[in-house]
Amino acid sequence: MAQNTEEIIRVENLTKVFGSGKKAVKAVNKINFSIKRGEIVSLVGQSGSGKTTVTRLILRLLKETEGKIIFEGKDVTNIKSEEKKEYWKKVQAIFQDPYASFNIFSPVKKVLLDTFKLFNSSYSKKEKEKLICETLESVNLRPEEVVDKYPFELSGGQRQRIMIARAHLIRPQLLLADEPTSMIDANLRSGILELLLSLRDTDGCTIMFVTHDLGLAYYVSDRIFIMHEGEIVEEGSANKIITAPEHPYTKQLIKDVPKLSEEWLTS
Amino acid sequence: MTTKKTVLEVNNLKTYYQTRLGEKIKAVHSVSFKLCEGEIFGIAGESGCGKSTLAMSISGLFLPPLKHESGSVFLEGENIFKKDINYLRKEILGKKYSYIPQSAMNALNPTIKIKDFVIDLMKEHEPEMKEKEILELTRDRFESLSLPSRVLDLYPLELSGGMKQRVVVAISTLMNPVVVAADEPTSALDVSTQKMVIKLIKELFDDGIVKSIIFITHELPVLRHICDRIAVMYAGEFVEVGKMEDVIFNPIHPYSQALMQSILVPEEGMKEKKLPCLPGSPPDLRKIPTGCRFADRCPIATEECKKEEVEMTSLGDRSVRCIRINYIMMQGKKVTPYGTKY
Ligand SMILES: Nc1ncnc2c1ncn2[C@@H]1O[C@H](COP(=O)(O)OP(=O)(O)OP(=O)(O)O)[C@@H](O)[C@H]1O
Ligand SMILES: Nc1ncnc2c1ncn2[C@@H]1O[C@H](COP(=O)(O)OP(=O)(O)OP(=O)(O)O)[C@@H](O)[C@H]1O
Ligand code: SF4
Ligand SMILES: [Mg+2]
Ligand SMILES: [Mg+2]
Repeated sequence: MAQNTEEIIRVENLTKVFGSGKKAVKAVNKINFSIKRGEIVSLVGQSGSGKTTVTRLILRLLKETEGKIIFEGKDVTNIKSEEKKEYWKKVQAIFQDPYASFNIFSPVKKVLLDTFKLFNSSYSKKEKEKLICETLESVNLRPEEVVDKYPFELSGGQRQRIMIARAHLIRPQLLLADEPTSMIDANLRSGILELLLSLRDTDGCTIMFVTHDLGLAYYVSDRIFIMHEGEIVEEGSANKIITAPEHPYTKQLIKDVPKLSEEWLTS
Repeated sequence: MTTKKTVLEVNNLKTYYQTRLGEKIKAVHSVSFKLCEGEIFGIAGESGCGKSTLAMSISGLFLPPLKHESGSVFLEGENIFKKDINYLRKEILGKKYSYIPQSAMNALNPTIKIKDFVIDLMKEHEPEMKEKEILELTRDRFESLSLPSRVLDLYPLELSGGMKQRVVVAISTLMNPVVVAADEPTSALDVSTQKMVIKLIKELFDDGIVKSIIFITHELPVLRHICDRIAVMYAGEFVEVGKMEDVIFNPIHPYSQALMQSILVPEEGMKEKKLPCLPGSPPDLRKIPTGCRFADRCPIATEECKKEEVEMTSLGDRSVRCIRINYIMMQGKKVTPYGTKY
């Protein structure tokens, strides 16, 4: 893979503390990383380790306690709400909780049509609808079967795929995908992963996967970041993390992956 | 399997969604199975094939737009579709049959603290129980799932995805239900937490607190480690039901074969492989074609397959919904070309 060396995003000392005093929770603790354009990285870590908080910080949905976010060379830590719309054209997310990301009182078609508002596109309604249909088909959904449904009328995996379709329509520069395939069956997942990977190959999209699925992380990413209790404890190439992990926590994670062959629950 | 007591019996269950647009979405079609005491039954299958609907339907509580068409469910011998909704709510749900919903995140009311949610819920079933006892019990169960007790004082919004999922697992098993149907209970969890939650569910089971479990998941390796039997579901029907080892390592139905081949594990060399992907999509549940529902995507389909509804064929302790079993056996059970590179 030809690797571009241009940096797309960098976070410095990023920290988020929820609450204060005795009840304070340090969800993200002084993390630093840099991602290159066109790179695919995975952020892997235990439940509650702060992964979703990192994505929400990058999206500027949460105010940091400390630290900086540099996107395309520009400090975006303090962008104003008017600038956010512009920023979100370039930085998009697929959320872990599908309900959190779209209005559950809008049918799928409206949810998807609304995404065009983000880029004041010159498409006609017809063209938009055609694009929507194509995108839905690419995530293996039958447009006529889902467009008039509300999100709560879909199965878990169908909902996740609508979100992937949405991200695909927007074609952002940086896509933060928080557990995008956790509810999708193994067979379909491979198709969806190919679709996400094609975003990189055709549009040069940079992707950060947030996942607990090391198999997936290994398969798709160039680099893996291992997060533990708010900190990034190890980072390296996907191959290195899987075959020669160094940090004890990474080793534990790899050991805990359910495999078909060996004993798992008893170990 | 020893001749254990049957705790759950599902006979020819058919349920559908009656949509606002006047259509019928036939999400569950002729599903039959028995669950014995001490058994963990896994269900896997394509996204949207009706797994969650099946688990919800078994509760007998048909909330619109979900509707019952035909078939019955016996829970410890009781025909629960004959009961009224109040009885179901008070005596069955949570006590005898507990459904741990897939989107655990939505099961929790966002505007009330976890603590108050638990208290309200328990009071509905056990009006006699004191708040203190309820909280003690909850704390205990939280502890075994590594949830700090501070969680009791938080709102769902303040929990991570995996924490919410564990909270729902803890709450759903507080009343020691006979059968627990866990719908993707670990899909938002990292591998270590996943293992812990599964261990806990198994512990409840080994201690006899929960008698049987229905475990729905896309994570086939997880099923491999906990289930006695597995059903593979496709477009509203079971297409293969059998012992775990048989279904995972030696599937017969062409769809099960394709499914088992797409398992991703982080092992050296995986990265270079191209993942198999079944072409096409499952049938539209509003207008199901006649004949085998998998025919459009099946690599060995013949004209015969599309003629009439395919019934389950029983092969000893396994059943398969396919008319070409003999041919598949002759091919050494290898008929899907996808991922044979593996
Ligand atoms: N809005 C909030 N208010 C208070 N605490 C919060 C809030 N959001 C998250 N937290 C806390 O921050 C920590 C990290 O949460 P986060 O959602 O980032 O975890 P995660 O790594 O995404 O976990 P999971 O894999 O379970 O989704 C948790 O302890 C959580 O309770
Ligand atoms: N409230 C509803 N109204 C109409 N259709 C629905 C509703 N809920 C689910 N469906 C449809 O019923 C079918 C079965 O859904 P179900 O949630 O049972 O699938 P599933 O097997 O659990 O899928 P997943 O693995 O993605 O969770 C899907 O096609 C879905 O779109
Ligand atoms: S009945 Fe025919 S189409 Fe269906 S799975 Fe068997 S061979 Fe394939
Ligand atoms: Mg999260
Ligand atoms: Mg489901």
